[in-house]
Amino acid sequence: MTVSRAGLVAVAVLGGAATMAGAQAAVHVQPSHLEGPRPLAEQTAKAAVQDYVESWQTLHTALAENRVEVLDRDFVGTAKDKLTETIQQQAKLGMRTSYQDRSHDLQIVFYSPEGLSIELTDNVEYDQQIVDHDKVVTTQHVTARYVVVLTPSETRWRVRVFQAVTE
Amino acid sequence: MRPVRALFPAVFAACSVLPLCAQGGGLSVPKSIEAGSAFSVQSSGSGPGTIYIVGPGQVLKRDVQLGQQVDFAAGTLYNAGHYVVFTGGGSGQSGSLDVVPANKPADVGFLARPSRLPVGLRDGITGAVYLSDAYKNLIMTPTPVTFQLSTPAGSVQTRSITTRNGAAWIAMDSSPKEGAAQFVARAGDISATRVIGQVPGDPCGLQMTAKPAGQKVELETAPVKDCSGNAVPDGTIVTFTETHGDAQTTVDVPLKRGVAKVEMPAYPGATITVASGVVLGNQIRWGR
Repeated sequence: MTVSRAGLVAVAVLGGAATMAGAQAAVHVQPSHLEGPRPLAEQTAKAAVQDYVESWQTLHTALAENRVEVLDRDFVGTAKDKLTETIQQQAKLGMRTSYQDRSHDLQIVFYSPEGLSIELTDNVEYDQQIVDHDKVVTTQHVTARYVVVLTPSETRWRVRVFQAVTE
Repeated sequence: MRPVRALFPAVFAACSVLPLCAQGGGLSVPKSIEAGSAFSVQSSGSGPGTIYIVGPGQVLKRDVQLGQQVDFAAGTLYNAGHYVVFTGGGSGQSGSLDVVPANKPADVGFLARPSRLPVGLRDGITGAVYLSDAYKNLIMTPTPVTFQLSTPAGSVQTRSITTRNGAAWIAMDSSPKEGAAQFVARAGDISATRVIGQVPGDPCGLQMTAKPAGQKVELETAPVKDCSGNAVPDGTIVTFTETHGDAQTTVDVPLKRGVAKVEMPAYPGATITVASGVVLGNQIRWGR
């Protein structure tokens, strides 16, 4: 499946592994390994993956510019609350952080039976650049595994849980 | 030269408890801590400096004396995730720290559907839970969750499921008797409850009788019940259809006090049927 934020070329999500190379981040989607009784339609899976990958652009903008309002489109609930708190801490300390995702290796692992949540894992690589009072204090390449829970809203899947986990 | 252990006794003491200590360019950081627990960071060097701990979940910045142990009190770092840890001022010391959720559930996120359904529906009620700790971190450790569906009539279904990737789900049958059911998900001493309305199903064994009423025929159903014996609610539409030759007359009647009653023209030889929704009842041929 090719899904980039700039322009997505969709391939099957459910049938097999797929790779996509976007303008900014390469995205690889593994075949779903679903817990739960509800079948996941291919269109639903594509939409969830696409919305999640796009949420990284929102994450980047919000934390690089300390703009809480940017979060509204892609984040909700606990994830939004925690990112809001982080932005407020950064602003108070005179800091900004750029999270530039480089690659995602995604797998959908749970689709709740009532259809109100999708959980996926993401082995993600990103560059984290930290600025303190307009001075870059470090840039680090990070590899982490995230667990993400998405819930549907009017027009898109929003990130409700966004949490790096220890492998 | 003094051994490194002698230089940083507190860190080595911590590392003996938490064996996974990151070492990065002179910075000693526990590889992982439980959310909200106290921890220490040890830098090398001397003079004033700054320690940063930065992740999407939190940002900490602390002015320190390099070479001294910096203690972070319980409750300082509580959002689970991956953090980079480094010193400012060009000393180039860096490491990383994973904050993991506490294992004790403090919140049960419970999604249950539907809010209302017919009785006796197999796997008709579904629920999914996500368990969180006191800091709203998703608990990834497999944790047992008990689902219980109980009705006012006293029937109880209980199942225990262990979470995987922080989530657990269940499908349960609606009970044979109507009424509001309590659907409870429990993890440890924390629970969440949803109320599921269980309503009668479709009519079952729909029967009517007919008797003359002057120039008309009076039709009346027996009390309309579902297949579990629950009374179908008043207002449910019952349809009477009379066919006489090429003519057909249809009357929709809402249930009132459990029965439907109507008068229709008494055509000798007419065929009269009764139905409700997709359920067909008996048929009467009116005598000549």
